[in-house]
Parts: sequence; C-alpha cells; structure tokens
Amino acid sequence: MIREEEPQELHPMDWWLRSERLPHIWCAGCGIGPTLYAWTRALDRVGIDKKKVVYVSGIGCCGRGSGYLDVDGFHTTHGRAIPFAVGIKLVKPELCVSVISGDGDLFSIGGNHFIHAARRNVDLLVICTNNFIYGMTGGQLAATTPQRDYSTTTPYGNTEPAFNTPYLADASGAVYVARWTSIHVRLLERSIAEALGMKGFRYIEVLSPCPVNYGRRNRLREVDDIAKWFWEFSVVKHEADTKEVQIERGKPLILGNFVKKEKKLSCYEELKELEERVRAAAEAKK
Amino acid sequence: MAAILGASWAGAKSMTATSGPGLSLMMENFGLGVMMEVPTVVVDIQRGGPSTGLPTLTAQGDVMQARWGSHGHYEIIALAPDSPQEAFDLTIRCFNLAEKYRVPVILLASETVGLSAGKVVVPPEDEIKLIDRKKPTVPPGEYLPYRPDEDLIPPMASAGEGYAICATGLTHDEKGYPETNAETQEKLVRRLNDKIRVHLEEIVDVEEEHLEDAEIAVVSYGQVSRPAKRAVKMARDEGIKAGSIKLITVWPFAEHVIRKWAKQVEWFIVPELNYGQIYLEVRREACGDSKVVPIPRMGGRLITPQEIYQEIKKVSKN
Repeated sequence: MIREEEPQELHPMDWWLRSERLPHIWCAGCGIGPTLYAWTRALDRVGIDKKKVVYVSGIGCCGRGSGYLDVDGFHTTHGRAIPFAVGIKLVKPELCVSVISGDGDLFSIGGNHFIHAARRNVDLLVICTNNFIYGMTGGQLAATTPQRDYSTTTPYGNTEPAFNTPYLADASGAVYVARWTSIHVRLLERSIAEALGMKGFRYIEVLSPCPVNYGRRNRLREVDDIAKWFWEFSVVKHEADTKEVQIERGKPLILGNFVKKEKKLSCYEELKELEERVRAAAEAKK
Repeated sequence: MAAILGASWAGAKSMTATSGPGLSLMMENFGLGVMMEVPTVVVDIQRGGPSTGLPTLTAQGDVMQARWGSHGHYEIIALAPDSPQEAFDLTIRCFNLAEKYRVPVILLASETVGLSAGKVVVPPEDEIKLIDRKKPTVPPGEYLPYRPDEDLIPPMASAGEGYAICATGLTHDEKGYPETNAETQEKLVRRLNDKIRVHLEEIVDVEEEHLEDAEIAVVSYGQVSRPAKRAVKMARDEGIKAGSIKLITVWPFAEHVIRKWAKQVEWFIVPELNYGQIYLEVRREACGDSKVVPIPRMGGRLITPQEIYQEIKKVSKN
C-alpha cells in the first residue's frame, strides 16, 4: 500500500535537529538517539538559548552526533573532544558546552584528558554513551567491556577488568556524577537538566545498547535484548558509593545521581581571581 | 593542540609552542586544523631527533615534518626566524597569515633562536599591522561555513554567534556536512591546497643579497642564515661572486625564486642542520640548470661561517 500523504507532524525535537541530514547513521536499537533526545529535552527544560549551545564530539558512532544537531557542533579527533571544548570554554565562558561522546573516545584514547579536565574542574558537561565496545570499528574490546564478555578481539572472553567510569570521574574530582541508561529517558533528562544547572566538571554515564557489535556476541542477540537487560537488572540508588557501582554481567546495574557537590570555582576562574589580585597589588605599589 | 583549535573557533587568536617530540604528538590535530581551516599558530623550537634525540641542542630536522607531518595531502605555511627579533616579528606575521588563509601556521625556529638572548625592539601597537579573519556578512540561515569566496577562502563564524557551525575532520561539503565520496574529496582537497598555491608569491618572503652578478648562491633558512650571510661576505671580500638567498618562508617553498636564480647561478649551496631536506627542494627547482651541493650537519651545534666559506671556495674553483 502506498502512503498518499507525507506525515505532517514533525518529531517534537525537530527544532533542535538538522532534519535535512536525516536519516542518521545509527543502527536500530542504538542508545545514542535517546541520549540526544534526553539532552535536547533537558536544554528546553532549563531554557538555554540555542545560540549558546555548543556540542563537541570525538570519533566513533557518537562522534557523528554533533553533525545532526542544529547548534554549533564540532566533530573532532579521536579522544580530543574534551581539550577542544576546553579551548572554546576558555575563550567564551558564557557558552553552554557539552561533550557527548563514546566510552572508547572518552576513556581509552581520551582518558587522560578526562581525568585532567575533572581534576581542574573545567566547566563542562560530559556525557558518555557507554556501549561496552568499539561499535563503529567492528566490535573490538574496549576499556569498558565487562570482564568475561566477548568481542571480536577477545573471542574466548575478556580477561581485563573494565573501568568503573563514575568512580573514575568521582575520584578525579567531578562535581556531578550520575549513571542512567538510554531506556531511562525521563530520569536521564532530569539528571542532565540538573547537571546543566550546575557549574564545574559534570559527568553522566549513559549505558547504551549496541545490538550489532556488543549484543550479538554476548547472548543479547535481539535488538531489544540489551534494553531488557537494562530494565531487569537496573536498581536506582542515588548517592551510592561510586566504588560500588562496577558493572558486572548478571549483577544489578546501579543507576542514579551519585555525586553532587559544591566545589570552589573551576581552576580557570580561580586563575582569573589570582590575576585580578596580582594586578591590584601591582596598582597599589605604583 | 585541540585546545587552541577550540579557542580559535571561539574567536580568539590562539597559539602553542613545543619542540620536535611535541610536534609529533600534535600532528593529528594539526591535520584537523587544516581540514576544519582553523587559523592558529604552532611554534616549533627544533632540537635534534629522531625521538627524544638532543634535548636543548639545536637542529633543523623538522622541516619535512612541518610540511608533511599529518596524513593526507595538504599545503601549509611555515616561517623560519634567525634571531629573537625575527622570532617576534615573524610570530605576528604567522598570525596574520593564519587569519588570512585560514590555516595552521608553524613558526619553525630552533634551539639556537629559542634559547638565545638578543635585543628585541617592540614597535608601538599602532605600527603593528594585524589581519583578522573574514567574518560572514550574511544572516545565519544563508551562511555556508565552507563556501569559499573568489580567493578560495571561506569566511569564518565563531561559536556562539548563532550560525550553528557544523565542523568536522571528515571530508565535507560547503555546509560542513560529512560527504565521504570521491567528488567532494576532489573538490575540497584541491581547494585546501590551491588556496595556498595560488597565493604563493604573496605568501613567500625571501631576503636576497649580492645576487646581481652571483655565480654561487647560498640558500639558507632559520639561524643558519646568519653564518651563511657571513660566509658570503667573506667570499665577496676574496672576490668570489657569491650571493645569499635567505628563505623566511620555508613553506610553501619559494619555487619561483629558486627557478629564477637557477638560470643565472652555477652553484647553489644549501647548509642546513639535517641530512638534506631543503637541499632536495632546491635541487628539484634548479631542474639541472645549476648544480646543488648540501652542507648537511645533523645538529647539536651551528654550522660556522668558515665551514660554509670553505664550501663556497671549493666550488668556485670548479
């Protein structure tokens, strides 16, 4: 049967999208779309001027996201989204800069940038869509692949322990740390909105299905199998000790807003204060 | 390097400084700067390599890395200062070139310049000529971030100005959208190269001395220009018809200058602190019209005027 009319109704978030670029490259069942949906809803909820929104991404499936949103978007090199965003933020602190990238990008090649940006408390929101694997390049082992899981480079099972990324962010000094999944869209949206309302280095991990390159090799073969795993095993535990939230297959997935703390101004603002003090002292001497 | 690209996109004039090992690390994002057409400046205080090589000792081994260090085929601009004064003056020029041509520019200095002390005259602010990047003149809805003007350079909006910039390291169309196909690649990469190539004579800056009747020309750049000029003077005092071509712009290469003098001089002598990098460029452009001899030194110390003078004397007898 041929449809006679094009549907007139736009997607509710079309205002944020470069709809001319659709369809996107992501597979059915991918968690990046819901994450961006939650992010744009959160931007609406907080009421941020679209002109002031900057989206920086690295390389990988998630890297492509910056090209689909109708905001200033920068698709940078592998792992370097955070330093690129730091450069923008230093020059224009008034902009709302978000880094949305994958686990391979943020925690393997970009791991150093992540911990140092957190340590310096740079005023950035970093969202990681963690799909436990290198999705775009063919399902190779990542630093976030749960132990004993399978990937194309560990066909007999992974022997390496995985990063517990909320713990890493917390230990490095992030002022806001949360974890949700891409099926908890409303809760994720609320968490992103909360983070958008804060200053400093804020980190949200979004567990995100990759049915094609993770699920297929890990007995989660159907498109919705990973979503079902998230649904059945997730336990919301706000303010949980981040040490205790390691992801292990067959064990509860601890979600929630783990860390929220007030911290002195980010180091750059402190530097500005210092500069003002030194200038004032020099003036006084004259 | 990623941070200075971000800073430049936010509208600032940004720079960073490093030496060889750092330059190697930066080459990944240097390529991103070329692809996204980001005006920025990288200072490379060259030291001996490969690898950790000779920390705090001089060399000029990064000339070809400056040219080809990142993957893909692209054109860049690199200037080589011979003194602290020139390092100051050329840094300003680096920024002007970066802003004008929307390309990362390298100040290719070396330890001898980076760590030497010398008098630097800082001119009054209003005497310094500054160039700022072209900004879009059309409203956001009509702006195509990668549509070039006639000079092949597109105007550049900054983040936060409402233009919804889409920038990527992927091959992209005029909207900045990824288009990974042969046609877009052909068009984009040609333009990235041509925007420098067609402005070659405008970009290239050389200092020519005693060339009117010269039979021998010493081609040098960076700090080696100083002993080279001294050696030419020593040769002139002895009645040898020697002249000097100092390349202030190392990249793009001063092809037209070498071609022009190749028709007159019998010899080019190329002293440099590597095993022959610009030597090969000179030989390429001399096209057999004149003979080219290198004076290669691997670095660690400067070439002396005497060493260059000896070479001039040697070829003058042939």
